[in-house]
Amino acid sequence: MIGMTGEPIMSEMLKANGICKSYKMGQTRIEVLKGLDLSVRPGEFVAIVGASGSGKSTLLHILGALDEPDAGSVEFEGKRLDKFRAGELNRFRNKMVGFVFQFYHLLDELNVLENVALPAMAQSGTIGWLRRRIGAKKHAQGLLERLGLAERIAHKPYQLSGGERQRVAIARALMNEPKVLLADEPTGNLDSETGNGILRVLEELNNNGQTIVMVTHDDRIARRAHNVIRLADGKIV
Amino acid sequence: MYKLILPTRYFLKRRITYLAVAAVALCVFIVVVVMTVMNGLVSEFKGKNHDFVGDCIVSTESLVGFAYYEEFLNELRDQDFVLAASPVAKGFGLLTQPGTGQNIGVEIMGIEPAGFCEATKFAQTLYYHKDDPVNAFAPTYNPTLAGCVVGIDMISRSRDRSGKYYHNSEPLRIELMVTCFPLTAKGALAKAATDLVNSKTIYYSDDSHTGLVKVDARMVYLPFEFAQKLFGMAGATPRASAIHVKFTEGASLKTGVDEIEKMWNGFAGAHANQKYANLLKNVSVQSWLDYRRSSIAPMEKEQVMLILLFSMLGIITVFIIFVIFYMIICHKTKDIGILKSVGISRVAIVQVFLTFAAGVGIAGSGIGAGAGCTFLTKINDMEDWLFEHFGWELWDRTVYAIGDIPNDIKWEALAIITASAVLAALAGAFLPSARAARDRPVELLQVSQL
Repeated sequence: MIGMTGEPIMSEMLKANGICKSYKMGQTRIEVLKGLDLSVRPGEFVAIVGASGSGKSTLLHILGALDEPDAGSVEFEGKRLDKFRAGELNRFRNKMVGFVFQFYHLLDELNVLENVALPAMAQSGTIGWLRRRIGAKKHAQGLLERLGLAERIAHKPYQLSGGERQRVAIARALMNEPKVLLADEPTGNLDSETGNGILRVLEELNNNGQTIVMVTHDDRIARRAHNVIRLADGKIV
Repeated sequence: MYKLILPTRYFLKRRITYLAVAAVALCVFIVVVVMTVMNGLVSEFKGKNHDFVGDCIVSTESLVGFAYYEEFLNELRDQDFVLAASPVAKGFGLLTQPGTGQNIGVEIMGIEPAGFCEATKFAQTLYYHKDDPVNAFAPTYNPTLAGCVVGIDMISRSRDRSGKYYHNSEPLRIELMVTCFPLTAKGALAKAATDLVNSKTIYYSDDSHTGLVKVDARMVYLPFEFAQKLFGMAGATPRASAIHVKFTEGASLKTGVDEIEKMWNGFAGAHANQKYANLLKNVSVQSWLDYRRSSIAPMEKEQVMLILLFSMLGIITVFIIFVIFYMIICHKTKDIGILKSVGISRVAIVQVFLTFAAGVGIAGSGIGAGAGCTFLTKINDMEDWLFEHFGWELWDRTVYAIGDIPNDIKWEALAIITASAVLAALAGAFLPSARAARDRPVELLQVSQL
């Protein structure tokens, strides 16, 4: 497909082909994903929904290169992740995807601003950081203001509520303007009101063009997405 | 920047870090203190040996001695790198105090006081003639008498707590008799057909405190020519047992000894056809280290053993750091997972923890070295205090030939010890951090989620 500017429009940003994944539990081997195919287009808001143990978090981790499939491949903008060298994988995790975890996973020793700026720090050496830190900190502050956390910049994670921590995690995931935001049960640890707040943030981001893949076990939350993919028994149903 | 921020925050916030710092500090403290004292004792002992014999010794083990030493002395004194050279006659004899009926076996050194004091630090060992060693053999109560200098422990003296010997204001008039078996140049008894021995009456003039136990307990010093006659070394072709040499300031010991050895080989070759050439074959040229090897070697062996023991202590330190960092990193798997999920490489993660470990090593070794230096500076004062209040001291100065506890800190050794401590901390932290950095992000994060 060719767009109005003459540039080809990518039909798929993220594509999974025949993904298989199993885990060894004692003497037995449990197959979690059994030959799964998936594609995500730019600007889509995809919800992957399924019961506990259906493999949805495993799929998200594989899409974000946090885990490797036993078989199959993931393509990002036409390039296979399994062909990436270590440095390319690190750059993929740093610039191309932003991950939001169910349990926030903020660094306790860093304050809110430092946690958000972490992906930017990761891509620069010490001298590089000294040159770009002012711009990076401004950008991080901007993200935090957008997410209603302007007053919390100097706080440590333990001083925040669950919802605030999740918003910090979202800001961190957006720091390097990734092409895809991967959210693993972003409201799973929050009460319904706070969870709704987070979903509104994700919807707003998607309205501004952010591609989002969200994992949830709650159908009501999944309905907020454009595209709902159901997982059961390791396959898309 | 996270490579500096995170290690700094881990260092300041985690209490277990203080345990690791304490472990490193304790090890550094022990090593600094023990190595300084041990090295001080060995250096002091080596120094005493060096002061006793000079830089280079041309000598023979034979009691007969060697001839033509005056010629060789002149050659030596012509060399630019030789400051002083002095002959010595050595032998053994019996020492008797008339009227007591007691005999003791002694070693006798015949020396020329002026030359011997230039070649060695003999003058500093004297008491009554420290400032005029040339007259060491002239008793102050009657300078015309044949005087002798004896090892300080040969005369019964009391000592104060610091080990200092008590002396009378003037030397006591003590008459002694020394008896020797004089030998010919061929090693036969010179008086075989007559009364076999040479006996001479000598008078106590001074004592010598070299700090070397065997020397101070059994050595009698006599005038060189007097000793030569006693040993049968005098005559038309006089003999000596050794020549002690002092090099000029800045001259290399090894180069000097090698030069003298070359000179001696040439000298011996040139005298190969002389009457007493056979005596020159048994002569060796040695540095003071080699000459006194039999005395120094046991102490050096103890020093090596101590270094080996402390190397084991170093291994234990590495293990302690390994265990502590293993525990720290087990608690930090979530952090490692987060860092990997934002694209930080394995190498960078290992760098974070190695920087943390370096901080532990630097802090621990700084504290240990500082505490060690402070302790060493005050060690003798502390021992005095303990002795005053509890009667306890590290060693009895009235028995041992050691004065103050050595506390001269060698900065090169201190630098090596502190650098080793930092390396030990890095070594201890490397494996746990490398292992953790190898895991996939999801494995690290799932552990904490569980």
